[in-house]
Amino acid sequence: MNNALQIVYLIPLLPLLGFLINGLGRNYLSKTLIGLIGSGSILGSLILSIWVFMQVKDGNTFVAEYFNFIAVDKLVIPFALKIDQLSAVFLLIITGVGFLIHVYSASYMHEEKPGHFGRYFAYLNLFVFSMLLLVMGANLVILFIGWEGVGLCSYLLIGYWFKKQEYNKAANKAFIMNRIGDLAFLIAIFWLIARVGTVSFDELFTAVNLAKLSASDITVITLLLFIGATGKSAQIPLYTWLPDAMAGPTPVSALIHAATMVTAGIYMIARSHVLYSMDAAELTRNIITYTGMATALLAATIALKQNDIKKVLAYSTVSQLGFMFVALGTGEYVAAVFHVMTHAFFKALLFLGSGSVIHAMGGEQDIRNMGGLSKKLRITYVTFFIGCIAIAGIPPFSGFFSKDAILLSAFMKSPVLYAVAVFTALLTAFYMFRLLIITFMGKFRGTDEQAHHLHESPLAMTLPLIILAVLSIVGGLVGIPEVIREGGHKLSAFLAPAVSSMPHEHHLSHSDEYLLMGISTGLVLATILAAFMVYRNYQRKDATGFAKVLENKWYVDELYDRIIVQPLHWLGGFLKDIFDLKVVDGLVNGAGRLVNYGSRQLRLLQSGQVGSYVLLMVLSMVLIFAIQFFLRK
Amino acid sequence: MPILNYIILSIALFSIGIVGVLTRRNAIIIFMCIELMLNAVNLLLVAFSKMHMNTAFKAGDLAGTAGTDGQIFVFFIMVVAAAEVSVGLAIIVMMYRNIHSVDVNFLNRLKQ
Repeated sequence: MNNALQIVYLIPLLPLLGFLINGLGRNYLSKTLIGLIGSGSILGSLILSIWVFMQVKDGNTFVAEYFNFIAVDKLVIPFALKIDQLSAVFLLIITGVGFLIHVYSASYMHEEKPGHFGRYFAYLNLFVFSMLLLVMGANLVILFIGWEGVGLCSYLLIGYWFKKQEYNKAANKAFIMNRIGDLAFLIAIFWLIARVGTVSFDELFTAVNLAKLSASDITVITLLLFIGATGKSAQIPLYTWLPDAMAGPTPVSALIHAATMVTAGIYMIARSHVLYSMDAAELTRNIITYTGMATALLAATIALKQNDIKKVLAYSTVSQLGFMFVALGTGEYVAAVFHVMTHAFFKALLFLGSGSVIHAMGGEQDIRNMGGLSKKLRITYVTFFIGCIAIAGIPPFSGFFSKDAILLSAFMKSPVLYAVAVFTALLTAFYMFRLLIITFMGKFRGTDEQAHHLHESPLAMTLPLIILAVLSIVGGLVGIPEVIREGGHKLSAFLAPAVSSMPHEHHLSHSDEYLLMGISTGLVLATILAAFMVYRNYQRKDATGFAKVLENKWYVDELYDRIIVQPLHWLGGFLKDIFDLKVVDGLVNGAGRLVNYGSRQLRLLQSGQVGSYVLLMVLSMVLIFAIQFFLRK
Repeated sequence: MPILNYIILSIALFSIGIVGVLTRRNAIIIFMCIELMLNAVNLLLVAFSKMHMNTAFKAGDLAGTAGTDGQIFVFFIMVVAAAEVSVGLAIIVMMYRNIHSVDVNFLNRLKQ
């Protein structure tokens, strides 16, 4: 039991301490101190995470049990943290990207009032704590605590500027939609407890315990877990909260709604991949694949016509998450985790870049009012460009390798799926370069005041951009396909003890693989060229026809409003005005009124006439005798 | 004498008692009527007791314990009646001292 990894509890504890100090001292501490505590606590976690990663690399995996969280009868759920290859990778992503975003935030949020600045960092630290708990939990219950924690922090941070009513609504939307998924997740946990009696990953995924599950159990549990994942990871039908979540500060979007929290669903499925790999889960795998693909395609088409710089990135995130689910559905868990990693790099980069742009534009988010920013924002422009190339998937940038692995898995599943996936990838390249071109190239379309105000962001903001840009370039090199270099997929080799992809029935020849890579790369380059041609001389004009449908997000929000929100409102109104007022209150008041009326009438019997009392007595006795006499058998 | 005669007498006494209680207003007369009802019951009990005893005797039971329950009952009723009379008369005396009347129709002040 004496293992050096026992102290891993410090990793989530440090951000928790940061949360407490910043949260309690937000009105007393200076902004500099708050920034230092906030970032410093994450830096501590990052250093510990790197140490943990080294330990895991040496083969030292460990489950650290601290105390019994729940102990009822035969059900014992310990508070335990699991350190293995999968959680080590996620730890690095969360603390690494998290640290950079904290540093960035300290500069980005500097205009806020001191109390609110402290509140912001407290939330952010609490988020990192919850996220770390999520990926370190050694059983589904601890994972669920983190899961709910990140949901809460997401809500708090989306509604950070709580004075704006619509921001509060966005926060509510995110919270409620997540809650739908969480319910399914919770039912899955209960189901597992009822059937197997344990939720610990190590015990759950043993042959003995898996044998306790029937085929239908596995289908239901995997589906319920997947529904939980659709909520958190913004998939159809629960994706609409993510674009609205852009109401929060931009670093929050980068950290929570791009790099970490939204990948929790992918982590959860990768963590329980043993269940998903079983034969009985084939239906679920298919549903995951097609849901992911549909989400990726739908979100990519919407992103084509969005004019809010953050909305484009948000739909892009939804789309990329869809890709990850395609990988999960086809059993390529490693590819999904790989894409989580590279996506965390380039999407955090893009979000922080957009934050830098918004900062320079004085809060303007509409790209139609931007343009030509490349001259003033050199570093932002270059890093944003790198991010776009990475997400578009041009070798040897990181996005290429991870996306290629997913495309390949789609091809193994069916050529049609592959075609749709490639088409979506092309859309991705198109809308990202549309965003880049409209924002940074051409002529400036904003007001003179904004033009005068334009400036590059301070070092605290550009440094994270540069680091993330470097990571976006080289991040993919840990997962070079085997076909290019033997043993090049270091991530796969590293993850092998914890997560391994399902074996494929047939293998592609090397030339075929090269061909597929060539096709996708060539098409992406052509698409980028096309984007340049189309948007080189961008003029703002109102969208018409199909473009208008896309700009209005396929009217999905309106549809949800019509078929879910409004009927619920109507039902609520009915229950409040009719059911509650008339039926419930009627019953309660009616009972009172009946007693009141009855007593008023009965009171008249109390006449004070002894004779009438006696008469009643006699009559009653006669009646009783009569009943006795006639009704007795 | 056939048992029917006793029963008819009892019913007559009991009915007189009931009618008296229902119709009279003088508390003392109501009281007497109650006593009348009690005694009608007593009479009936004794009559039935005697009847059962005779039947048992004819059937060969010479010990003669059959039907004695009824007579014991009569003693109990007498005791209770005596106790009741003492309490009841006391109430009537108090009533007379307070309202200078024994008419029960004046006893309606609890109504308010």
